[in-house]
Amino acid sequence: MRTAVILLGLLALAAVPGSLLPQRNVASDPNAVLQFTQDNPTLAPWLDRLGLFEVYASPWFAAIYILLLVSMTGCVIPRCLRLWRAVRADPPPAPSSFVRLSERREVHAAQCPSEALRAIAADLKSRGFRVRTTGGEVRAERGYARELGNLLFHLSLLVLLAGIALGRLFGFEGRVALVEGAGFSNVVSQYDEFSPRALTDVEGLEPFSFTLNDFEASFETADEKRGEPRQFRAELEYRPDDGSTSKAVEVEPNHPLDVNETKVFLTGHGYAPKVTVRDGRGDVVFTGPVIFLPNDASYASDGVVKAPDARPTELGFEGFFLPTAAVGDRGPYSAFPDALNPQLFLTAFTGDLGMSDGPPQSVYTLVKDDLQQVRADGRPFAKALSVGDTMRLPNGEGSLTFDGVARFANFQIAYDPGKEVSLVAAALLLLGVTTSLLIRRRRVWVRVVASGPDGTRLEAGALPLTRRGGITGEIDAVLTAVSDEREKSSDRPDTERAAGPEKE
Amino acid sequence: MTLPSMETLAQLSDNLVYSAIAVYALAMLAYAALSARRPEAHRQQPAAAPAVEATIGARADPGSRRSVGAPGEEARDATGPAPHTDASVNAVDRLSAIAAALTILGFLLHLSGVVARGFAAGRAPWGNMYEFAVVAALAAAAAFLVFLRREPVRALGVWITAIVVLTLGLSVTVLYTPAGALVPVLNSYWLVIHVAAAITAGGVFTIGAVAILLYRLRLRAERRGPAHTGYAGRLPAASTLNRVAHTANLFAFPIWTFAVIAGAIWAENSWGRYWGWDPKETWAFITWVLYAAYLHAEATAGWRGTKASWFALLGYAAFVFNFFGVNMWISGLHSYAGI
Repeated sequence: MRTAVILLGLLALAAVPGSLLPQRNVASDPNAVLQFTQDNPTLAPWLDRLGLFEVYASPWFAAIYILLLVSMTGCVIPRCLRLWRAVRADPPPAPSSFVRLSERREVHAAQCPSEALRAIAADLKSRGFRVRTTGGEVRAERGYARELGNLLFHLSLLVLLAGIALGRLFGFEGRVALVEGAGFSNVVSQYDEFSPRALTDVEGLEPFSFTLNDFEASFETADEKRGEPRQFRAELEYRPDDGSTSKAVEVEPNHPLDVNETKVFLTGHGYAPKVTVRDGRGDVVFTGPVIFLPNDASYASDGVVKAPDARPTELGFEGFFLPTAAVGDRGPYSAFPDALNPQLFLTAFTGDLGMSDGPPQSVYTLVKDDLQQVRADGRPFAKALSVGDTMRLPNGEGSLTFDGVARFANFQIAYDPGKEVSLVAAALLLLGVTTSLLIRRRRVWVRVVASGPDGTRLEAGALPLTRRGGITGEIDAVLTAVSDEREKSSDRPDTERAAGPEKE
Repeated sequence: MTLPSMETLAQLSDNLVYSAIAVYALAMLAYAALSARRPEAHRQQPAAAPAVEATIGARADPGSRRSVGAPGEEARDATGPAPHTDASVNAVDRLSAIAAALTILGFLLHLSGVVARGFAAGRAPWGNMYEFAVVAALAAAAAFLVFLRREPVRALGVWITAIVVLTLGLSVTVLYTPAGALVPVLNSYWLVIHVAAAITAGGVFTIGAVAILLYRLRLRAERRGPAHTGYAGRLPAASTLNRVAHTANLFAFPIWTFAVIAGAIWAENSWGRYWGWDPKETWAFITWVLYAAYLHAEATAGWRGTKASWFALLGYAAFVFNFFGVNMWISGLHSYAGI
């Protein structure tokens, strides 16, 4: 037990840094570790070497819980055997003297000894005791379920580990952002980000596809809590793989789409301004919505537009989008998350976007190595566009038109084949812990002290095997089965006995 | 008959919470006066206890009371026979009855305030931090009243009411948020189940933590010698306080376990994974592990008592940090409710 206490203390301590330092693979902010590393260039590599950015996957964290589970198993198996023997064996014989028992009482019964003991044994049995009557003595014990619950609780932790391991070996998690009107098929290549586990069958993902027809968002308009989200709803056209007709489904927070255990969750949304880019020749080289990533609760968003096909020079645009643009002391900002007065603020770049050669690049940033910022009047050329506006580059190198606003939705798609096992483990754990903490184990003995023609004198004692005893009523109840009570005697002073329950 | 408007109900809820603070504060004063009484009078607590029970309408269960009260009484008797007068006994009776009655009145006002808030917002009244804190204080007061019926916890009264007054005071000043609808991610029946369980466990853990602190205080006095003076001398015996703490933590642990499991089920339904080491989840885990360590230590020879009590106190600190600190200082998936 002491090992368990120390290891539990260590486990609690080891879990702390992971909540204070940014972690890889913790959903809330995928860039947190990168950001932290940039801010703390000397400290971060050391923390990384110690596994402090992946605490819960680190060897030392695993070492603690594995040691804990090993020591627990080593403790629990002998206890299982002991319980098994205890359940099969008779309750142990009474101590030679009841004096040291916390509860004892003498009583006079009208019956003869064997009848009195039989009555008591029957009474104890009816209240769930395991009872054994031998020569002038009733031995009884109940509350084995306590130990059973205790063992169940500890063993369920092993089942829980198995459930977690199943998910960690065969499940996957992926993310995709879809603009209204875009479709998705559940194959690895369609994901923006896909994290398979060691044994995930990446070729055999659940086959289905869907199109995001519409995304609705509504926000609080009352003064208090203005701008707080009120409802998000993604309307999908879902197509199962079996060739049956597609159907409309709605996905909302807390209401995922569930396709044979592969679940599609709505985890976020944002804006995708629709733009048309024309190059220096006047040809349309890009048209369509471009996802801008939201920065804050008012959905001020950052993004880029790339037109690698533009001639004579490739064109890139960088800037931000404000759904409800307003101008304050520190420049433009978004006053409300809904698209009430959408504006696009862009600067332009010419040169080589670096998309034909070089490493794959993010669609959300420009690689500016071979780009020159377009300037006018000695300053970077920048424009604020409302829907319908066009920005023309000063040297006739091209133009960009802000056609309108679409929304995009982030979907998280997850498959965890171990979660049912974990759920069963959790249910067993809860059942086990409740049983083991609330059921009291105790022994009761009743024996004949003397007998005569007018009845039998019985002595009863009880022993709680758990700290929370509370067995006083028990022994009184046992004796009412035989008591002919007028002359109940007790080792307690009369005054105190008067306070006890007199059930007759 | 027309139904009262949402604004009226929200206003009523605020007023009820303010009234509850005032009444709890009076209860705290009554408990403080009780704690400050000279030991001679205080020693009569066993005799006074039934009067308290009668006041709060407890069902009489002398059998269990006698057994649970025994260690404390024995220890108190061991300090020597006390000369006392009927007048001092009556005064203690009266004062403890007043304190209990005020706590109950405060609780009823508090409860009505929470219910009115629920009707005003049209949902379970624990959807933002103000509401969490108000309901958590309600849970602590409720847990205290339940314990008052069956355990010798009167000495905890002054601290529990102080914690409740402090929490409510912070709620109405720093945390206050007007009644309103929920952000979409909270809009689930799991909010009702998961948060209610967490808050209930928190209320009972609070009793456990206060009892543990008093236990340590009393134990130190007892170790110094039999002549207990000062505040520690007026507390119930250390063994009694430790047993009360153990009972409270024992009772709260499965509820906390359930709260964590319910949270995991909700997370699976909301984010696609049942456990993701989000800071809130991590601190719930730390709390659970520390209380598990406490329960193991209480069953281990050589660790029971002082050493074990550290784990319970750390567990409670982790719980409180999770409740307030994680919301305020650490960003994560649970940072949606606003302060």
